[in-house]
Amino acid sequence: MTLNAWLPVFALMTSLVAALVIFALPEKGYRLRTAVNLGAALVKLGLVVVMVWGVFRGVDYGVSFTMVPGVAFALKADALSMMFATLSAVLWLLTTVYAVGYLEDSPNRSRFFGFFSLCVASTMGIALAGNLFTFFLFYEMLTLSTYPLVVHRGTEKALKAGRTYLIYTLTGGAVLLLAIAWLHGVEGDLPFREGGHFIDADADIHLSLILIFILLVAGLGVKAAVFPLHGWLPQAMVAPAPVSALLHAVAVVKAGAFGIVRVVYNIYGIEASSLLGVLEPLAWLAAFTMLYGSVRALSQVALKRLLAFSTVSQVSYIILGVCLFGPVGAAGGLVHLLHQGIMKITLFFCAGNYAETLGIHRIDDMDGAGRRMPGTSLAFTIGAFGMIGVPPLAGFITKWTLGSGALAANMDWVIAVLVLSSLLNAAYFLPIVHRLWFREPNGSWPRERRWGRLETNAWLFWPPLLTAVMTVVVGVLASLPFSPLSWAELIVLREYSP
Amino acid sequence: MTLWLMAGLLFTPLAWAVLTLLTDFARGRLVTWGGILVQVLVSLGLWLTVARDGGFYYGLGGWDAPLGIELRVDGLAVTFVLLTAVVASACGWHAGIYIDPDKPWHRYFWPLFWFLWSGLNAVWLGDDLFNLYVGLELISLSAVGLVALGGKASALRASLRYLLAALLGSLAYLLGVALMYGQFGTLSIAGIASWLTEHPVPAGSGLALALMIAGLALKTALFPLHQWLPPAHGIAKSPVSALLSALVVKASFYIAARLWLELGEPLGNLVSAQLVGLLGSAAVVWGSWLACRQLQLKQVVAYSSVAQIGYLFLLFPLTYSVSESVSLQAQQGITLQVISHALAKAAMFLAAGNLILSVGSSRVDALAGVSRFLPFSLFSFGLAGVSLMSLPPSGGFAAKWLLLQASLESGQWWWVLVLLVGGLLSAAYVFRIFRASFLESPESDQFYHPARSLEVIPMILALLALGLGLVSEQVLSVMALPFEVEGSP
Amino acid sequence: MTAPLLYALVGAMLCGIGLFGLLRLSHLLRKLLAFNIMGSGVFLVMVGLPQHQGGQDPVPQALVLTGIVVAIAATALAIVLIRRYYHLSGMTSLEGETTSREGGPE
Repeated sequence: MTLNAWLPVFALMTSLVAALVIFALPEKGYRLRTAVNLGAALVKLGLVVVMVWGVFRGVDYGVSFTMVPGVAFALKADALSMMFATLSAVLWLLTTVYAVGYLEDSPNRSRFFGFFSLCVASTMGIALAGNLFTFFLFYEMLTLSTYPLVVHRGTEKALKAGRTYLIYTLTGGAVLLLAIAWLHGVEGDLPFREGGHFIDADADIHLSLILIFILLVAGLGVKAAVFPLHGWLPQAMVAPAPVSALLHAVAVVKAGAFGIVRVVYNIYGIEASSLLGVLEPLAWLAAFTMLYGSVRALSQVALKRLLAFSTVSQVSYIILGVCLFGPVGAAGGLVHLLHQGIMKITLFFCAGNYAETLGIHRIDDMDGAGRRMPGTSLAFTIGAFGMIGVPPLAGFITKWTLGSGALAANMDWVIAVLVLSSLLNAAYFLPIVHRLWFREPNGSWPRERRWGRLETNAWLFWPPLLTAVMTVVVGVLASLPFSPLSWAELIVLREYSP
Repeated sequence: MTLWLMAGLLFTPLAWAVLTLLTDFARGRLVTWGGILVQVLVSLGLWLTVARDGGFYYGLGGWDAPLGIELRVDGLAVTFVLLTAVVASACGWHAGIYIDPDKPWHRYFWPLFWFLWSGLNAVWLGDDLFNLYVGLELISLSAVGLVALGGKASALRASLRYLLAALLGSLAYLLGVALMYGQFGTLSIAGIASWLTEHPVPAGSGLALALMIAGLALKTALFPLHQWLPPAHGIAKSPVSALLSALVVKASFYIAARLWLELGEPLGNLVSAQLVGLLGSAAVVWGSWLACRQLQLKQVVAYSSVAQIGYLFLLFPLTYSVSESVSLQAQQGITLQVISHALAKAAMFLAAGNLILSVGSSRVDALAGVSRFLPFSLFSFGLAGVSLMSLPPSGGFAAKWLLLQASLESGQWWWVLVLLVGGLLSAAYVFRIFRASFLESPESDQFYHPARSLEVIPMILALLALGLGLVSEQVLSVMALPFEVEGSP
Repeated sequence: MTAPLLYALVGAMLCGIGLFGLLRLSHLLRKLLAFNIMGSGVFLVMVGLPQHQGGQDPVPQALVLTGIVVAIAATALAIVLIRRYYHLSGMTSLEGETTSREGGPE
């Protein structure tokens, strides 16, 4: 095998090995652990950049071997997988930096960072999986490695949230396994292929294909937090802020959304899915989830729960984009995979900063926090504006592309949903922004900690600012090559004309 | 060469048993650790021989059947021989450190351990029905003795229950053997099978098969005949529980499976095959449910064995009147399930033993905070749990995948539900332990730290169970054709 | 009725009696005796049934000899355990037991 075949394996192994090393390190080895964490994150980022360049030029990265009789373990890098891999590599680096600062004196850090790395390794595996079987393997590994992170604090509430999380995700996993096994029984081992497999499927398997599609979406929809399978997400907010950031922006919800993208594009094929008539109902479901999440967000008092419901709403943009038949809408959905990740992680970092520095967990306590923490609040404002879709930020690009896609696909009702959803976004984000900057602080903060020159710990300060800058940059420079939008267009180009 | 290997497998364990019977605990340990090395090498040697040259029949001492003892050395048998070597050496190593040498009756651990090992090898390699019976009895009696080593009244009660159940099972099996011999005039399974292909099936011979399988099911603790298992496995010393759950119950299942695969088609019928599968499913659900409700850590693990054994019995419906390929898939799946459960359950019992040693109590709720003090053992427990939950990439997952395929392809979709629900229920009891141990309770700082090697052993087993899924294709290819006769007697 | 069949039927009857005793009697020694009766029944079936091929069949004789040895070993083990159990708990049956649930650490 050539080096090219091994690159995906290396990308996977960096965080896997990092996890094992971290588990083995003593609790007190603070510097060494941080070095291993950041080193692995940088190495992985490097590998991903190399692969992105390679995939752009059309290099084939892939390795596969027979694992169980009849099915292969396959890793493969295509344009779509590189999109997700880049997202997780970049955000992992930032989240690691953030987490090092956030968990400075808390117990069980070896365990935390070990599982954190395992979680990223699973995400990488999900990105690079070459067939549904391999995808499932890492999908379940993700469930297992996030559980210890969700219950990290070890309180009754955390353990209860962990239980809810497991009940949802493991049941979803079982449904997914059923669907994959059934599909395997119908058609054998199906590698992810541009254009899909079922464009000329016999009419007599159409019914089974539709049923399998429903099961697949149900299984993946749990992680993607599609209504009515979203119940675990707001509860999982008891986890430490970096974990919430990771769960929401990169790993878990995106794994679900990414899986749905894979199923529609690379298993069924967009044309076959459209022919089977499964896209339209899914689009309706996604549209409903978008509105439902936003409406629920309106009534939240805790900041992180509000962000959680906002995630429920935002992830469905991706699914909606996938369901719009036509290249433009598809690009809009895919690009949101990255955009939502960057914006949401900004917001969660900021929420974590408010909690850690000022002890703020509730929205009522945020009055005037902008003056005490201008940097963080600026980042928060950019993230929130991005979510609302203010031009020229990342969210605007998504909504614009989705809207054009909907028109092209003759699904005009989507425009109405987009407008309504943006209004709702504004309705729950603008009051917070207003509180931050234009209200007087009401007395002292719940629990303030002083840091030196900066408004907060430097490890906590820079990551949200950086992601806020990225939110602006990916919006302004959307038309340049290698921007998320151009990359999404590249993917779509390859999907629609395989 | 082969002579030495066979002698090494079957007779040297007996020699070790006699040797250790004569000495005290510490010297017995020394002999055993030496013996383990020899046994592992011999098992590996035989495995390599078969992997290279294929399986063969072997008449012990040059005597052929029916008076001599004939052995069937095929891929499946040597794989189980090797599995036994791995699990038993891990347990023997663990026991040498774990068991308190000061109690005088503990020195009997070693001879019993060796009798058990030789009985297991005899069963894996045995070919005629009566020798299998002798091997089975050797296993049962030494297993009962091992349970009784606990020394307390409760341990003796559990071991007596176990003994009575095992004896009843053996007699049912033996009665079946007597009827079979009376009918067919031979004790070789293959001989009976070939007789049946040439003659019409005599009336009533299904009864003999049913008697044998019922007896073996009792010894394997198939629902609803499982009540003897949890007390015995729960109360024994951890290395003993590991041996019992990992290997002993598999021996009787192995015989039942071989009987069914050779004779099930002519002598069995659809209703009985489905009925056995149904009992297996009930075991999966009921065993898991009870595992969720136990207060003692080791009882949780023991009831989990009841549930996991249930999966094995899906072999019966999934190989009866189905196509070759489905039957092969089912056999491969069950074989993987046997191996991965053996490794994972041994790991789990040994890890549970460490946890109990550490917190000084066997209750589940005493585990609060142990995740901080004994993360390594807890992690082994969790990795073993991944295999029991049959999540990827473990051997349990590969097994479940094959069984799913077999059920779907043969149109018996109801077993699919059992497999999926069983996985979720096992997650419930495994994560229950984690929930208890992740709880941070400030008053718990009374932790004893067991020796490092005690912690390493379950980790090795758990990693093997986990990695099995990745290499299952290779493992299965060594067995070539599971349960199939290669060559002729 | 032929002789082999008679043997077999008597053996089956003994088995039935033994099984009944094993399941219904509570005293451990009685259970053990019931096991032995059942064993004898099985041996009788084993020697009796296969005589139809013109005279004695030597194989079952050898088997039954081995079987008796195994049965003796099992009986001896059972007696040792029962005796020890009686010493420790003062009980002669397994009934009225409290399951091992509240047993302490090993």
